[in-house]
Amino acid sequence: MALRLLSLVLMLVAWSIGAQLAGPRMLPDPQSVALLVISEAQSGSLAFNLGITLLRVTVAFTLAMALGSVMGLLMGRFRAADSIGDPWLVVLLNLPALVIIVLAYVWAGLTETAAIAAVALNKLPIATVMVREGARSLDRGLDEMAQVFRMSAWAQMRHVVLPQLAPYLAAAARSGLSLVWKIVLIVELLGRPNGVGFEIGTAFQLFDVTRILAYALAFVAVMLVIETFLVQPLERHVTRWRPRTA
Amino acid sequence: MSPAGVLARLEVAIRQKAYSAATGGTLRVIEGLTFSLGKGEVGALVGPSGCGKTTLLRIIAGLDADYEGEVHLPDHGRLGMVFQEPRLLPWRTLEHNVRLAAPQVTDDELTSLFAALGLSAHRQHYPGELSLGLARRVALARAFAVNPDLLLLDEPFVSLDDALATRLRDELAELVTRRPVTTLLVTHNVEEAIALADRLFLLSPSPTRVMAELPIPNPRSKRTPEELAAFRGQIARKLKGV
Repeated sequence: MALRLLSLVLMLVAWSIGAQLAGPRMLPDPQSVALLVISEAQSGSLAFNLGITLLRVTVAFTLAMALGSVMGLLMGRFRAADSIGDPWLVVLLNLPALVIIVLAYVWAGLTETAAIAAVALNKLPIATVMVREGARSLDRGLDEMAQVFRMSAWAQMRHVVLPQLAPYLAAAARSGLSLVWKIVLIVELLGRPNGVGFEIGTAFQLFDVTRILAYALAFVAVMLVIETFLVQPLERHVTRWRPRTA
Repeated sequence: MSPAGVLARLEVAIRQKAYSAATGGTLRVIEGLTFSLGKGEVGALVGPSGCGKTTLLRIIAGLDADYEGEVHLPDHGRLGMVFQEPRLLPWRTLEHNVRLAAPQVTDDELTSLFAALGLSAHRQHYPGELSLGLARRVALARAFAVNPDLLLLDEPFVSLDDALATRLRDELAELVTRRPVTTLLVTHNVEEAIALADRLFLLSPSPTRVMAELPIPNPRSKRTPEELAAFRGQIARKLKGV
């Protein structure tokens, strides 16, 4: 913990020194960024923009994870599903995020649906691949055990399959959350009238680095809170059966 | 699977079971193997390693449908099985592991079963916190808890040290005496088979069939060392006769 704090302090010091060298136009110092965060918070626009971005992140993330888990599980367990799904997966994996976003806006207009769909579609193939890897490594022995003892389909899913997939789901969620919020920002920059991405787009046109940093860091802080108070406790809960290493 | 209630015996008749070999052609593992086991009897399949014992057990358990022949399970065909490895769910407690396989088990039944197998102190532990010997006991408890019509045991004491294997074997003998259940045990260990079974089936090397069937007359608890020694001699002669 002490080392973590020290490292954080070091980062702030480096930033201050950099600000001195580069000048406030290129890199404003930490205090001016903090002051802007406070004033934006007081006007209410910080909470509004963070909230709307977080909402988009949540919806797109949930969609991609749910669909990706189902598809990954099917593709990992059934060869036919894998053969059918794999070419789609390769195409989606290799389409640049920007292409998906632009096409979504062209085809569905500058709408919320298009924005969310574009983000989810970017995350979907990665979640699918990760869960498929997990489904491929499921323990056949435990499957057979469940079959011999005639466990119900629901019990098999909940007690045999999902716990084995948990590490893969956790990894997909971890990497997914950070990827999704980065793509949400691009989507907002290109075709939404609000959100962190929109604010950063405006600041870019005005060459307002302070504003860019204020919004970016505020959102990073939000994600850090989610990681610490939601993702990590959840992960500890699903791995509680593992003997702790001393 | 048998029509409910028609057959109380386990009837196994396998004409052929073959694998396609990696080098092409087929590998016959089991050929013309038949035997049957009465209700409440303990049968032991004894044979050399690699003679297809586990394959046979998997066919009876319904895990392998790729064979020619018939298997009739006793009564309703409710199975309890102990695999060579314990096959417990590491992310569930011992009690939960047993309850997932046997949702109908009552608290009293579970308590007495755990007590009989020396597991009472470990009910809320996770399998990763146990030794192999304890994990095997849990696998036994799980198989008994379902109140099976047929209990299948696949080398249940392999890779345990002798003392532990003997103790666990005695505990198992006591359990099957106390609550009779049709049991089929697969082993390469003649001692283990004699100690537990009412009926021995000696298997030939691959392709496997039943070479000889030997009923053991006395109940388990009344067998004297002299009787057992005589019996061992009989088995040795049978095995040499091939």
